[in-house]
Amino acid sequence: MARPVKKKAHKGGVNYSRWGYFFLLPFFITYFIFSFVPLVTTFYNAFFENYMSGLTKIGPNFVGFDNFKSIFGSDLLKYTRNTVILWLIGFIPQILISLLLAVWFTDTRLRLKYTGFFKTVIYMPNLIMAASFSMLFFALFSDNGPVNLFMIENGFFKEPFRFLAEIWGTRGLIGLMNFLMWFGNTTILLMAAIMGVDINLFEAAQIDGARSSQIFKYITIPSIKPILIYVLITSMIGGLQMFDVPQILTNGKGTPDRTSMTLIMFLNNHLFSKNYGMAGALSTLLFIITGILSLIVFKSLVGSPDKDGR
Amino acid sequence: MKKRIWAGLLTFTMVATSLAACGGTQTPSDTTAATTAAPTTAAPKATEAATEAPETEAESTEGKVLNIYCWNDEFQGRYEDYFATPGLLPDGITVNFIITPNENNAYQNALDEALLNQDSAAQDDKVDMFLIEADYALKYVNSEYSLDVKGDVGLTDADLSQQYQYTKDIVTDSSGVQKGTTWQATPGLFAYRRSIAKAVLGTDDPTEVQNALSDWDKFDAVAEQAAGKGYKMLSGYDDSYRTFSNNVAAPWVDGTKIVIDDNLMKWVDQTKDYTDKGYNNKTSLWAPEWASDQGPEGKVFGFFYSTWGINFTLLGNSLEIPEADGGKAEVGNGCFGDWAVCEGPQNYFWGGTWLCAAAGTDNIETINSIMKTLTCDQATMKKITEDTQDYTNNQAAMNELANSDFKSDFLGGQNHIALFAEAAPNIDMSNCSPYDQGLNESFQGAMADYFNGVVDKETALETFYTSALEKYPELTK
Repeated sequence: MARPVKKKAHKGGVNYSRWGYFFLLPFFITYFIFSFVPLVTTFYNAFFENYMSGLTKIGPNFVGFDNFKSIFGSDLLKYTRNTVILWLIGFIPQILISLLLAVWFTDTRLRLKYTGFFKTVIYMPNLIMAASFSMLFFALFSDNGPVNLFMIENGFFKEPFRFLAEIWGTRGLIGLMNFLMWFGNTTILLMAAIMGVDINLFEAAQIDGARSSQIFKYITIPSIKPILIYVLITSMIGGLQMFDVPQILTNGKGTPDRTSMTLIMFLNNHLFSKNYGMAGALSTLLFIITGILSLIVFKSLVGSPDKDGR
Repeated sequence: MKKRIWAGLLTFTMVATSLAACGGTQTPSDTTAATTAAPTTAAPKATEAATEAPETEAESTEGKVLNIYCWNDEFQGRYEDYFATPGLLPDGITVNFIITPNENNAYQNALDEALLNQDSAAQDDKVDMFLIEADYALKYVNSEYSLDVKGDVGLTDADLSQQYQYTKDIVTDSSGVQKGTTWQATPGLFAYRRSIAKAVLGTDDPTEVQNALSDWDKFDAVAEQAAGKGYKMLSGYDDSYRTFSNNVAAPWVDGTKIVIDDNLMKWVDQTKDYTDKGYNNKTSLWAPEWASDQGPEGKVFGFFYSTWGINFTLLGNSLEIPEADGGKAEVGNGCFGDWAVCEGPQNYFWGGTWLCAAAGTDNIETINSIMKTLTCDQATMKKITEDTQDYTNNQAAMNELANSDFKSDFLGGQNHIALFAEAAPNIDMSNCSPYDQGLNESFQGAMADYFNGVVDKETALETFYTSALEKYPELTK
């Protein structure tokens, strides 16, 4: 029934395959104007000295690789290390808790009640804007804030702990915020992955007398490996671009001693003098790093199904 | 088949009309966007007049629109109360205030963009006047975008004679031309709690307290005494910063080299000492902890504050029940009346707003009249102070009030105008630079880590240089 209609349509003179391209066109036009052109001009800007000194424009003067040299001469490594540390202290608890919750929520033997409610609640923090979330934490953990007052009243602290004046206090808060914001999202992704696994596998393992830990280790983890890698890499790219949480929490200064200054905050610092050259060079470096990581995710995603024999 | 083509056509027309609708609404929304500017009350009156009697006003060559760039509505209020309401605005001219809040440098970014497009902008869209603050004044004053208030705007030496010298120095460019003018003078004083002064020094009399605090060595000694009695001398790290940074021996930058003045290092050493010995409360300016140190529960001896800070910020913070919650600004509410002021160890100023005329304006006459009325006219200046407690930039008017029976209930009956009037002529701001704002912020930020004990002094200085060179790539270490 369906086939003749389709054939008839082709004979009718309207060529639908062409429409496909028309519908794709808006995307390519917007991509070209708003992504591709800025991308290329960023590379181009990286080779020029170009900034504002007060109201006077300096440049653009071609300076070759000088911008890259001064970026490598600056504290680039320190900011890279900060970024990685800040990402890790958020990501490690995030992936552990998410895995645990995902396994519990999907476990057929546990039969947890109200999972829908919990799934909504753990996703909630992600709905709040990162900026307002940081403001909230800034107020909660300030020197005379509610957290310090509570701890002193209950005898945990003798005097206020100055979270934002301590390196690990600040880093810890940033990690905590990223964890709270993203563990719900990751849990839902991992649940989807686990629910995609053939339920017979779990049942067979149970009948064979496997313990929960064994099922987790030998069935769950290998089966959801592609999604796990996807979660890892997207979170890593998100972590590399970490900006709003530490920016707002430390008022853009990356205090104390720039130990919570991320790469993008460093990039943002060049905005003060509208330094297109340095910002361009830094963006180019970030592009290369992110590109390499994306390549890795692509390879591992394409490669894994065969290895797992799925 | 035909149906589908029809459907396609219908969809197309629908989308097209909806787009057309967008196009239609765009025009009005455009105009509203362009004037986030609030036209002042004078606007309707002015346009009315213009339509009614265009011929009689024909000799004026002035533009019809006067655009003023600023970051809050403070000046707008002064303008309306003392210029527009008395009917000083010529008929046919509309004044627009284009307000961009100051956060994250947004005001300067907006102003810079407008000034850089000044040549190509339509006559009615050009910036005619803009407001600046002291910390970055020279950025605009040293540029070609601001006009000479004497040569171009036409104010005379006689007009400016009663203004405090430091308010002129800050807006004088490298070749000695004054490019701005202000209605405020903002000399700073040391405001102290009377009850704490009594407990520590045995007196709360401003003259005797001043004798005990007249230089930094004495100030340190009092800090030690205060600590012995369980009080803190200052609240935070940056409280005393301006008293040091206003009294440097040379500007921040020599040629292109950043020079850290000895006086700033004195601030660093003093503050570190105070922090380690517990003479301060480790707060930062404007933080809630800092504000509560000024309230009834506060244990802090005093605060460095200038004119507006004492009458508005300190007064507000001192109340137990804020005015917003129905509390009254009177003795008995919090520590209202328990404050007094003295000159403190060194003269300094804090804050202030300057008016500049923008190059390319077509409203010179009106700007001249605004500047003359709002920054030079003795009667207006005196009235502003009497009405609003704002300390104005007119020595004759202020001295008149200083010698009157003017007194402040908040300061326990003290005539603080007298102290301001004594302090203001002594402020020396010949050592400011266009980089003050950025460098002061970087310096305070980097040193906070040192005071907190996170890093040593050398590392903090390195961090300062890193941050400074990021902001100003043209400078060197």
